[in-house]
Amino acid sequence: MKKFITQTGKLLPLDQANIDTDQIIPKQFLQKTERVGFAQHLFHDWRYLDDHGNIPNPEFVLNQPEYKGASVLLARENFGCGSSREHAPWALQEYGFKVIIAPSFADIFYGNCINIGVLPIILTDAQVNELFLFAEKNVLTIDVNLENKIIQVNDKAFSFDIKEVHQKSLLKGVDSIGKSLHRLDQIQAFEQTMPAWL
Amino acid sequence: MALTLYDKLWQRNLVEQQDGETPLIYVNRHLIHEVTSPQAFAGLRFHGRQLRHPERTFATMDHNISTRSIAIDAAGKSAANQLATLEKNCAEFGVTLFGMGHKNQGIVHVIGPELGLTLPGTVIVCGDSHTATHGAFGALAFGIGTSEVEHVFATQTLRQNKAKSMKIQINGKVGDGISAKDIILAIIGKTGSAGAAGHIVEYCGEAIEALSMEQRMTICNMSIEFGAKAGLVAPDEITFTYLEGRDYSPKGKLWDQAIADWKTLKTDPDAEFDRVLIMEAAEIKPQVTWGTSLDQVVAIDGNVPHPDSYDDAVEKDSCAKALQYMGLTAGTKISDINISHVFIGSCTNSRIEDLRAAANTIQGQQVSKDVTAIVVPGSYRVKEQAEKEGLDEIFIEAGFEWRLPGCSMCLAMNDDVLKEGERCASTSNRNFEGRQGRGSRTHIVSPELAAAAAIAGRLIEPALLN
Repeated sequence: MKKFITQTGKLLPLDQANIDTDQIIPKQFLQKTERVGFAQHLFHDWRYLDDHGNIPNPEFVLNQPEYKGASVLLARENFGCGSSREHAPWALQEYGFKVIIAPSFADIFYGNCINIGVLPIILTDAQVNELFLFAEKNVLTIDVNLENKIIQVNDKAFSFDIKEVHQKSLLKGVDSIGKSLHRLDQIQAFEQTMPAWL
Repeated sequence: MALTLYDKLWQRNLVEQQDGETPLIYVNRHLIHEVTSPQAFAGLRFHGRQLRHPERTFATMDHNISTRSIAIDAAGKSAANQLATLEKNCAEFGVTLFGMGHKNQGIVHVIGPELGLTLPGTVIVCGDSHTATHGAFGALAFGIGTSEVEHVFATQTLRQNKAKSMKIQINGKVGDGISAKDIILAIIGKTGSAGAAGHIVEYCGEAIEALSMEQRMTICNMSIEFGAKAGLVAPDEITFTYLEGRDYSPKGKLWDQAIADWKTLKTDPDAEFDRVLIMEAAEIKPQVTWGTSLDQVVAIDGNVPHPDSYDDAVEKDSCAKALQYMGLTAGTKISDINISHVFIGSCTNSRIEDLRAAANTIQGQQVSKDVTAIVVPGSYRVKEQAEKEGLDEIFIEAGFEWRLPGCSMCLAMNDDVLKEGERCASTSNRNFEGRQGRGSRTHIVSPELAAAAAIAGRLIEPALLN
């Protein structure tokens, strides 16, 4: 996993609550057996007017030229709810999003982001509202510093909380499987204690 | 200290909790399917890692398969590639696969319980959010992402933080004709679609204890739809009776040991939960979702709400967007909404009791000429049982299509897809935009209500069908 240190990038405001993983990457694009090739289908049904993804929907914020190259996504509560498909954060990451800001995330989606090196930032409703208001006026450039747990926009700083273990994992780009394999002795000892009916 | 059922499940499956690290928990059963596993197998191969316990891992094909044919290529080329990849991966890593046409094949959350793979006290994971289903047995069961699938493959463990606990107690008895689906939809209507985020929910109370295992599965299945990490029901005699003699259930002496163990799996009387919600069963009516999120739900005798009925600006906006997507006008009576399709199936409602309830609702009547209705049993075992009971004939004579098992139109990954503007009364679990096909409109209901809607051509309370 790539290390996450700081990120300065354009913020894309997507003003909607309960954005589910079916919206992020619809099921017809889940038939791949690789981890790549999902970015072009990100938000497909909102992003394209046709089923083949040839005609961009000019109304959809992702297609507006001023947001080209955005790397920070701003949305409302319960982001990433629904299906556990990791294809959703894969698609966001491959498209170029390194940070997602919302008042709350669905649990599985949040864990998936941490596992692949995308930073989910939880701010309060009021802070998210403020960011949406800023974003209405200008295209925002936002500085995200995970080390200090601070984001900076329009000379205003917002601090955020993240579990230390998640912060460390993102900063170091930890291979969590390799790490757990170092605990094999403990795992094997645990297996010895399991009841016989298991 | 008094413990909740969740505390007990956590303790008995905790491998270790090192300072400054996410706790490591053991996974007793790992269920996999074709869509969320290929990249995890590829990861193992890339790192030269073994699958530690193939005997604890079981695979089926369900998401991407045709419900008209058992041919592996019947749902298209990419689907066939994904299914063939699963076959290859299972063969290479020694995983038991219930593939196309196997007598044990079916939707992963239907076959786990019916084969006795789902056992109380265990941790069960699957790369699928509806893994919460298995919590009905007092197992800690939840959906995981593909990186975590790979972690379980390599280590048979998972790194998880302990969640908070929530008790949902349903007092008293439900009224006639009220199904488990109505109970869970009423709960979600009350809590909101993220109402249990970060929590493990234990369902209890007289109305829950009275439910069969299949009904409890319907309740736990939809725990994820209001944000819960998992749902739980404490195992009891109903659980033990269900499990006894199933293919993978413990046998003989081991069965006796297991029962003695499982009887300890209940919340201590004085245990405290982080949150408690108490509801009265008698107040629950048949439920219908009208919007694009599961908390956008009302009773069948209600009306489509107006955005102005919400105080919160975000909810107001969500309501307006949902009405537009669903092609509904605020104030419309739910029972005046005409439908074009009915889907009876999915890991929520495709078990034998669901099919019996739907068949019983029809009572010799015909599907409306304006409606296309399909029944997709959850597994080959369910299908076989239904055919033994003659349910298939009841459905077919009424004008339903009787299909082969699979996830089908719940997520419409195969060719069971709705077209733009088509409106479906569905026994599945999600009414999200585009879930059943781009521009399609989904109303989530019970099997009884879906069957009644097929006959009437509109959303209708099953009791009013005649």
